[in-house]
Amino acid sequence: MRVFFNLSFLLLVTSIIVSCGGSGKKPGNTTGDEPKSMIPDTETYDPNRGTGKFTAENVTLGALDAAMVSAGEDISKTKCQSCHKLTDEKLVGPGWKGVTTRRTAHWIMNFITNPDPMIDKDPALQAQLELCLVRMPNQNLNDEDARKVVEFMRQNDSQ
Amino acid sequence: MYYQQQQTKQLYAIVFVITLLSITSCKPKNVANAISGDAAAKVYVAPGSHDEFYNFVSGGFSGQMSVYGLPSGRLLRVIPVFSVDPEKGWGYSEETKPMLNTSHGFVPWDDLHHTELSQTKGEINGKWVFANANNTPRLARVDLKTFRTAEIIELPNSGGNHSSPFGTENSEYIVAGTRFSVPADGAGGDVPIGSYKENFKGHISFVSVDQNSGEMNIAFQLKTPGVNFDLARCGRAKSHGWFFFSCYNTEQANTLLEVNASQKDKDFIMAVNWKKAEEYIKAGKGQKMDVRYAHNKYDEATHTATSEIETEVLVLDVAELKDICYFIPCPKSPHGCDVDPTGEYIVGSGKLAALIPVFSFDKLQKAIADKAFDGEFEGIPIIKYEAALHGEVKKPGLGPLHTEFDGKGNAYTSFFVSSEVVKWNIKDLTVIDRAPTFYSVGHLCIPGGNTTKPTPKYLIAYNKITKDRYLPTGPELAQSAQLYDISGDKMQLILDFPTIGEPHYAQAALASIIENNGQIKIFKIEDNKHPYVTKSEDDSKVVREGNKIHVYMSSIRSHFSPDNIEGVRMGDEVYFHVTNLEQDWDVPHGFAIKGADNAELLIMPGETQTLKWVPDRIGIFPMYCTDFCSALHQEMQGYVRVSPAGSNVPLTFSLGKNSTTPK
Repeated sequence: MRVFFNLSFLLLVTSIIVSCGGSGKKPGNTTGDEPKSMIPDTETYDPNRGTGKFTAENVTLGALDAAMVSAGEDISKTKCQSCHKLTDEKLVGPGWKGVTTRRTAHWIMNFITNPDPMIDKDPALQAQLELCLVRMPNQNLNDEDARKVVEFMRQNDSQ
Repeated sequence: MYYQQQQTKQLYAIVFVITLLSITSCKPKNVANAISGDAAAKVYVAPGSHDEFYNFVSGGFSGQMSVYGLPSGRLLRVIPVFSVDPEKGWGYSEETKPMLNTSHGFVPWDDLHHTELSQTKGEINGKWVFANANNTPRLARVDLKTFRTAEIIELPNSGGNHSSPFGTENSEYIVAGTRFSVPADGAGGDVPIGSYKENFKGHISFVSVDQNSGEMNIAFQLKTPGVNFDLARCGRAKSHGWFFFSCYNTEQANTLLEVNASQKDKDFIMAVNWKKAEEYIKAGKGQKMDVRYAHNKYDEATHTATSEIETEVLVLDVAELKDICYFIPCPKSPHGCDVDPTGEYIVGSGKLAALIPVFSFDKLQKAIADKAFDGEFEGIPIIKYEAALHGEVKKPGLGPLHTEFDGKGNAYTSFFVSSEVVKWNIKDLTVIDRAPTFYSVGHLCIPGGNTTKPTPKYLIAYNKITKDRYLPTGPELAQSAQLYDISGDKMQLILDFPTIGEPHYAQAALASIIENNGQIKIFKIEDNKHPYVTKSEDDSKVVREGNKIHVYMSSIRSHFSPDNIEGVRMGDEVYFHVTNLEQDWDVPHGFAIKGADNAELLIMPGETQTLKWVPDRIGIFPMYCTDFCSALHQEMQGYVRVSPAGSNVPLTFSLGKNSTTPK
C-alpha cells in the first residue's frame, strides 16, 4: 500500500511542477467581476470627480429648473428616500441636507448611477461605509434620472 | 476479502489523484468501469467560471424543473412549475395561487416528465422551455428571461399527459397526447370500465404557441382509437408537417396491463400529418366540444397571475377524416419514438423488443402513396411494416427506451434492462460503442439532440436506480445523472451528479443562447402595475376594508415600511402587499410573519407579492425579512398587534416612531 501512496505523492508533486508552467489565462466564461480589493486604489482616483462618465464639463448647472426638481423629487421618493432623509439626519444613509455644497454635481451623478466602483475607491465613502454598514445599492438610475435627482438636491439645499 | 477491498480503495485513491492531475498517459489498469484519467479536468469548472451548457431537467414527481450547469453538474436553480414551493412562495402568495388552478380547483402537486426548449427552424432559440404535468394533464411554459413559469394550460379529454410537451421545429405546436385513453370529458363519462373498446378514446392536443408572446392555446384535438400514447417527436426538415407518436396497449386492455398490454407482437407508431389536420380545421371540419379547462397566465407588469376557465375545444375525428393518421407497426410496446436531425429516420424503441426498428420517412410517404396497407385499426390504415422500414438494429441490448442524435450520423439509445447506452450508426445500423450506466438508465440528452443541429459534446444519462453511487441516505436516495464525453469515437463516463425528484427527459443548450436572450436582472419599479404596489415609503399605508386589512408595505435594505402596525382585530384577514424597492441585481427581500399558515414571500427587486395572514389569537406578532440582505438584515423586522374582535384600538401604522404612548 505504501508504494501506492508514494506513487500518488510523486505524481502530485510532478503535476504541481508541470502546472507551474501554466498560463495566467482567464477561463472562458467568467462573469467579469473580479474579486474586489478592500484596499482603496487612491492613486488614480480623483475624489472631486469620482469614477464615471460625468465631469465638470458635461454637467452644467444653471438656475433651478422647477420641472426637473419635481421629477427628481418623484424619483427620489421611490429610489432614495427610503434610506435618505432630506434633513441632515442619518437614516440608513446620510441625510441629504448640504450634500450639494460638500460634493460636486458630477461626483454625485457618477456615484448614484454606479456606486460600487466608487465605494471601492473613495476613502470618504469607505469611511461612510464603516458608519452605515450598508453599501449604497445601485438603484438603476439612468443619466437623466440622476441629473433630476441632483436638481432636487440643489433645491433641497437652497431652502 | 477485506484485503481486496482495501486494495480496491487504494486503486480508487490513485485514480482520483491521477484524475486530478490530468495525466492521460497514466490510465489505471484493472479498475472495472473506471473513469479514465482526464475526467476530472473535463468536468472541472473553476470557481467564478461559468458552465458551457444549461441543462433543463424534469423533476418527475417533485413537479418542478431543475436547471444544471454542464459539464460541472452544478444545480443552478429549481424552477417551481406544477408543485407548490414554499421557499419561493410559489402557490402560497396571492399572486401565484391562480397558476395552480385547474378545472378540479387548486392542485398543489404534479408529476413533471419532459422538457422541450422552443425552436426556430429546428434550432433552439432560447425563448421558452415547456413542461408537461402527467397526473392532472397540463402544459407549462417557462419564460427563459425570468426562469419562471409564465403560463399553464389544462388539457381536456385527457388522462396522464405523458406524450408531451414535444414541439414542432418552429414551436408552432406543442403536443399533448393522453397516456390513458378515457371517455371524453362530460356527462358521457359514467360508463363501465369494461366498455373500454367502445367508449374509451385517445385525444391528442395540438397547442399553438404565439411566437411573440409565447401564449398557448389549444388549436385542436385529434380524437383517436383508445390506446396508450407514450412519447412523440415532430418531423423536421423534410418531414416537417408530420408528427410521430408511439402507442402501446393496442390490445385495449383495461386491467393488468403488465400482462394484457404485452400480448401483441407489434404495437404502433402513429404518424400524424398535422398540415392535413390544419386543412380540415380551415375547412370547418372541427367539431366544437363543451369542456372545461383552466388557462393560467402570469403577467410580469402586474406581477400577478390570472386563471380563466375555457369551455370549448375543436376536435377532429381521425377515423372519419382520412389522411391525417397512419399506424406503423412497431415491435413490442414502443416507448421512445425519435426522429433524427435530417428528418428521414424514425427510431422506435420497443421496450420489450430485442431489436430497434428504424423507419424511413421517404418509404413511409411511398407506402402511403402506393396504399401499401395491411388493413385498418378502428378506421386508421396500418402501413405494411416492411414498406416503411429502413432496417433493424439487431441485438443492440435489452429494453431500449430512448434515442438521441449527434448530427454526425449516429444515434445513442438507452437500454433500461441492460443498463447501458449504445451508440449505433443510423445508415448501416451497426453498433459502434456501448457504455454501462449506473443503473437502469431512462432518458438520454445530448445538447440539441432533438434538433436539426445537435452540439454533440456531452451525453447525459438519467438513471432510475442509484443504489451505491453516493453516500447512503437511508431508504430514499437522490437519483443519479451521469455525464459522458462523446466528442471522441468512444463514450467516456466523466461525472455522476444527483438530481431532484426523479429525472425523466431533459434538454440542454449552449449557455450563450440562453445567457444572451435578454434575461432580466430586476423588475423596473417604474413599470410595476400591481394594484397594491408601494412605490415609495410615502405611499406605504394600512387600509381597512370591512374585515380585510391591506398593508401597503415597502422593503429596502434594511427595513420595512411600515414596521409597526396596530388595530388588527380577531376575525380580520390581513394582506401584506410587499414591494421590494431595490433596483439592483440579486437583492431579494423575504417576508414572514409568525403563525402564517402558508409560507414566506420572496420578493425580487421591483416586484410586489402578497401574503395573506389570518391571525388566530391576540397578541404581538413579529415579522421579519427572511433573505439575508445586508449587514443589518437581522434588524429588518417589525411587529403587528392583534386585539380582540370589537376592540377600539385604532388602526395605526408607523416606521421609526419609538415613543408612542401605550394604549
